[in-house]
Amino acid sequence: MRNKSHLKILIGGSLLAALVLALMFGGCSRKPKRLAQGGDVTEAAVATYVAPGDLDEYYLFYSGGQSGNVYVAGVPSMRHIATIPVFTPYPGTGYGFDKQTKDMLGGFTWGDAHHTALSETNGDYDGRWLFINDNANNRVARIDLRDFKTKQIIGPIPNVSGNHGSSFVTPNTEYVLVGSRFSIPLPRHTYAPVEQYATVYKGVVGALAIDPKTGQMSVGWEILMPPFDYDLGDAGKGASNGWAFWTCYNSERATGKLEVTSTQKDRDYIAAVNWKNAEQAIKSGKFKMLDGVKVIDPKDTPGVVYLMPCSKSPHGVDVSPDGKYIIGSGKLQSITTAFNIEKIQNAIQTKNFTGDEDGIPVLKYEAIKDAEINVGLGPLHTQFDDQGFAYTSLFVESAIAKWKLGTWEVVDKIPVAYNIGHLTAAEGDTMHPKGKYLVALNKLSHGRHLSVGPSQPESSQLINISGDKMKLIYDAFTEPEPHYAQIIQASKLKPIEVYAKEDNKDPNAIWDVKDTKVDRTGNSVKVKMTAVRSSFEPNHFEVNQGDHVTIYLTNIEQTTDELHGFGLGDYDINVVVDPGETKTIDFVASKPGVFPYYCTNFCSALHQEMQGYLLVKPKGGASAARAKTGAAVAGGVQ
Amino acid sequence: MPATSAAAQPGRFARKLNRANAFFDLPMSLRSRLILVLAALLLIPSFLFPLYNMTLYSNQFPDGLNLYIYSYSLEGGHAQNRDDLREINTLNHYIGMRPLLESDFSEFKWIPLLVGLFFILALRAAVVGKMSNVVDVSVMFLYFGLFSLWSFYHRLNQYGHNLDPTAAVKVPPFAPPIFGEKQLANFTVYSYPGAASFLLIGFFLLLALAIWMSRKPSAAQ
Repeated sequence: MRNKSHLKILIGGSLLAALVLALMFGGCSRKPKRLAQGGDVTEAAVATYVAPGDLDEYYLFYSGGQSGNVYVAGVPSMRHIATIPVFTPYPGTGYGFDKQTKDMLGGFTWGDAHHTALSETNGDYDGRWLFINDNANNRVARIDLRDFKTKQIIGPIPNVSGNHGSSFVTPNTEYVLVGSRFSIPLPRHTYAPVEQYATVYKGVVGALAIDPKTGQMSVGWEILMPPFDYDLGDAGKGASNGWAFWTCYNSERATGKLEVTSTQKDRDYIAAVNWKNAEQAIKSGKFKMLDGVKVIDPKDTPGVVYLMPCSKSPHGVDVSPDGKYIIGSGKLQSITTAFNIEKIQNAIQTKNFTGDEDGIPVLKYEAIKDAEINVGLGPLHTQFDDQGFAYTSLFVESAIAKWKLGTWEVVDKIPVAYNIGHLTAAEGDTMHPKGKYLVALNKLSHGRHLSVGPSQPESSQLINISGDKMKLIYDAFTEPEPHYAQIIQASKLKPIEVYAKEDNKDPNAIWDVKDTKVDRTGNSVKVKMTAVRSSFEPNHFEVNQGDHVTIYLTNIEQTTDELHGFGLGDYDINVVVDPGETKTIDFVASKPGVFPYYCTNFCSALHQEMQGYLLVKPKGGASAARAKTGAAVAGGVQ
Repeated sequence: MPATSAAAQPGRFARKLNRANAFFDLPMSLRSRLILVLAALLLIPSFLFPLYNMTLYSNQFPDGLNLYIYSYSLEGGHAQNRDDLREINTLNHYIGMRPLLESDFSEFKWIPLLVGLFFILALRAAVVGKMSNVVDVSVMFLYFGLFSLWSFYHRLNQYGHNLDPTAAVKVPPFAPPIFGEKQLANFTVYSYPGAASFLLIGFFLLLALAIWMSRKPSAAQ
């Protein structure tokens, strides 16, 4: 009898707990509705409809997460326009198959593309480059927005481990930020047991220096940090120009099941780095070399880094357009904190510290904060509009809160479907946000789309933020998995559509079918090949088995969209050359026989005919091969 | 005999000849001379503009592929980074047409030379100030203009008629339009004289005007 009632209590209790958990974390309690019929639908349709032949007003650059790509869409139509391969081979554009891009990938076949960072001039997007970090392999890539191609991948960056707090840019793209999410013993490849985590393992925050003319990235400086998990960052601007901020969780320096061990303290930190002082320290030689990088140890060089207490397990840190406020959100609480840069600088001057972490001063929370804003459950990231409002994503609550900078009053809230992570407003992380549109990047979509089975796409929702009330106007879906996105006015980009002949600097480029040739030196065969509607020249060539073959393939077209592909079956090669582009195809002809190559990227009415043969003479001569073939046929007959 | 009879009682033909002689000997008025200088100056900007514009429209090229024939060169349009001349040649190879090559056009050598010559002749006529001179220049220029037009037309016609028999796409030989619109396969081709042609026509008209304004002996003579 007693047992039974115990059982009842147990079952009842579990059900209640499950319900509470479902309410807290499921985000399904307030099911975001379909739009009301009638006026709202029409209004949303008109607001997002981009008629055939018309162009979108904004570009939307999504990071592609573990897909290793960057996606390009238009706003407000939300139509996917292109995929830019970055950290992973992409046969669609032949990325990772030609020598140049293969070398750039450096042997890696994937990356975890996290945070897009459009280059800036005076704190506003200038439309030159897009930087993106690889959280997995500690790399950062630069995409040139002139041709939407990945031009450089730097890394693995020494000492940085789990480059998540990246790739935020400083207001004039002086630096791209990097940071360790997973502290390790340094330099990389050092062994130390996990029990020594709190003392021997080290975190790093740092910056890549960007060449202002070419965008070329090189490692600038790094700072040795306590073994916290550096999560997200943002560069100061305006009033806070010269500062860089990173949130960090696990200030407990815990190991094991972090879900529990790292959530014991009420507050973690935001690391505030004065990068102008860091530059100065490097100039005056106050650094040591670690794995080839200039590293500052804050113990020896005070004045470079401070810790700002922030509510528990913070995720996003975002600087307001004027640079005055630093918005830090503790994801396990219901408040967002607005820190004031003046107060931060005062506290530093008056040494208003409450202690230190490995020699890094901890600023007094009460002395540097302006307000705690009651935004709702699970605040993550904040973006801004042109009217002085901030928009904070609420993961647990599955909603966006709109609040006023300065008065700290929450004025509106909109539910999203479901569990929003990042959000992005039109130029919403610059000094001059555009307002108008905001995209909620939701982590779960729970079947708001035609079902494609258990592996579900990510959902992003377009929200009109031009009025007092936020209005949901469009549901869109992407492949896994955007972690951040940025919206830039389309007119800021001036892409080319063909590579002009005179800009092609490849020494092996040829422009006339008459100049094609096959040269042999020893067992190295070099082929200069042209692709033009509708033929490859040479349309066949012979090599010997084991030869090292290099094909310099130039697409001699100068017309938009006349791309040609070079697919070589059995050799795992597909290279696509854009009009006016030269690519190098490098392989060893290890297999004997006759291998067709053909145009893989549809080009013309005679596209099918655009084909040729690679003839690989077997070792031991043609007679040996015939004998072998004969034997094979005989074997078949038997 | 005609001379003496003409002196005594000129026949009708001789009278006409005399009138013509008198006309050719007429001096050009100051205003006519200035017009001749103006005509000569008109030739200078003719090098800045095309003699002929051809535009090829299709669904694939709604903005049109442009071909500009200058007095000294062949240029394609460059809208959206595109090289239209290259594109026209690429497309034409399917019907077996030879690529349009600047080096194939001897016109690009002799037309600029002759335009320069007419510049000098017009100035000379302005300085010498004789009607015969101006008439010479006009007649030669008319011949030059018509011959150039024929020459270009003939050359383009040859391009359209000497098609490679092994071409992938067989089309009947065609003549390019010289003025107006013509449908060629999936392209609608428009062909019109360009600004330079109008300058050359202007040159000719000014010569005619100069002649017209000095057609009568002035009161001073």
